[in-house]
Amino acid sequence: MNWTAIRAIYLFEMARFFRTLAQSLISPVLSTSLYFVVFGAAIGSRIQEIEGVSYGSFIVPGLIMLSVITQAISNASFGIYFPKFIGTIYELLSAPVNFLEIVAGYVGAAATKALFIGVIILITAFFFVDVQIAHPLAMVAFLLLTCLSFALLGFIIGIWAGNFEQLQLVPLLVVTPLVFLGGSFYSISMLPPAWQTISYFNPVVYLISGFRWAFFGTADVPIGLSLLAIAGFTTVCLLVIGWIFKTGWRIRQ
Amino acid sequence: MPPILDISELRKSYSDGFEALKGVSLQIEAGEIIALLGPNGAGKTTLISTVCGITTATSGTVAVGGYDIIRDFRAARSMIGLVPQEINLEPFEKVINTVRFSRGLFGRAPDDAALERILRQLSLWDKRNNQIRELSGGMKRRVLIAKALSHEPRLLFLDEPTAGVDVELRKDMWEIVEGLKADGVTIVLTTHYIEEAEAIADRVGVIAKGELLLVEDKESLMARMGQKQLDVQLSEPLADVPKALHKYNLTLCDNNRTLTYSYDTRAERTGITKLLSDVSAAGLVLRDVVTRQSSLEDIFVGLVHDDKEGAQ
Repeated sequence: MNWTAIRAIYLFEMARFFRTLAQSLISPVLSTSLYFVVFGAAIGSRIQEIEGVSYGSFIVPGLIMLSVITQAISNASFGIYFPKFIGTIYELLSAPVNFLEIVAGYVGAAATKALFIGVIILITAFFFVDVQIAHPLAMVAFLLLTCLSFALLGFIIGIWAGNFEQLQLVPLLVVTPLVFLGGSFYSISMLPPAWQTISYFNPVVYLISGFRWAFFGTADVPIGLSLLAIAGFTTVCLLVIGWIFKTGWRIRQ
Repeated sequence: MPPILDISELRKSYSDGFEALKGVSLQIEAGEIIALLGPNGAGKTTLISTVCGITTATSGTVAVGGYDIIRDFRAARSMIGLVPQEINLEPFEKVINTVRFSRGLFGRAPDDAALERILRQLSLWDKRNNQIRELSGGMKRRVLIAKALSHEPRLLFLDEPTAGVDVELRKDMWEIVEGLKADGVTIVLTTHYIEEAEAIADRVGVIAKGELLLVEDKESLMARMGQKQLDVQLSEPLADVPKALHKYNLTLCDNNRTLTYSYDTRAERTGITKLLSDVSAAGLVLRDVVTRQSSLEDIFVGLVHDDKEGAQ
């Protein structure tokens, strides 16, 4: 492994994040605070407890997931799309690095940024609601795996995208609905049976359920199944990226 | 010792059937400067891109310093630096950071002293903390060179380094290339400025329609293919070329005051002595005698023209 190259890509990408640190942090913190004000204080006070947890606290894991998934995808997709757009990708393609090293650098940086945002939102949540973490290690593991797997998906989107519109297309049309319908703001058990069945086809359900289990010890689906789902998703993303670099699809003529 | 670059029967076809490289073979020895001349679309950039790994070859082999670019891609690519034709740089990044990134990407440990030397050599040291977008076009091109040199390559590709730059900067660039050669870097540059090849290259390759028409030492190429001309300037204008001089196929120009004689430098006898003797015998009074050699441009145009005619 060319660790020096991985480090170089990682630091270069992180520098972009720190260059725009204020913008990177203000937006997610502000939107999360608004969610807590609206759903936690205004509407949440009129909603009864869910599985023994106040509604304001109940939505914390879902809100973190929503931001982490969105940030992981947007950072990773932009990270690899931008060199394509401005032409600096020539340097990556001519460097003595293999695809795993390129992915490790870009995806590692995007996942770190998403993790950073996730932690900031968790800290923000402590200011608004009472948050208990039943399984801290599991929470960290779920957070890391989610950052990583969705950064991989973002990397694929960045390679696929031919313009900035396409870069936004998948996150807006696919990911946001999946996250919202994945139980970010409700328990799947609150849905009618037919919708419950449909929801189980949404992979995000397994992530949010597992993450919520780490906080409150209750879940919509068994924790093992959640772990299996995220491991499967990560593997599929890695296989797709491996194929992209092997064939040079959209990056090498 | 293997050549620094060994290209054998390299072919590149695209999915639409276009054949950009048609079996190019080329060997380059360490330490030389070779200029690849060719019109737009000749295959110069495709050739460089394929050697560097940006484009995948359809067939053929390439070795850099004895390392195959596919099997031993790490060793091969570590030796290569590439300065692309387009100014592809991240606009918001600082000069020093982008150069540092390039060095790391090529697997070299951080070495600020080495980067300082490179930036000073390229007159960029004072601009090291400037964002790329604040630099002029010429400075950006220097940053591209600094990035390519950051990992201390043995083989440097300059893809049309002076395309669209002013004369002064072009001369600066030539000096930089000379400096790099003195440091032992092998340089392959593509250009369609003939004067560039003429000024700095040791060898010249002419490429057209994906084929390498020739590669030859610049001086011997000009000596071998160059037509020389002798201008016999006269004191008085002539109405016509005297009958006694018809055998020399002279042309009358410069308001009928100059007789131009073309001869081949390879010929055993150039015929100059006899011509001058016959000019004198014809009663013409000489004012001056000047010889001129065809430029590389004339040779290049002739080669590409011949190739076009051959294809028809």
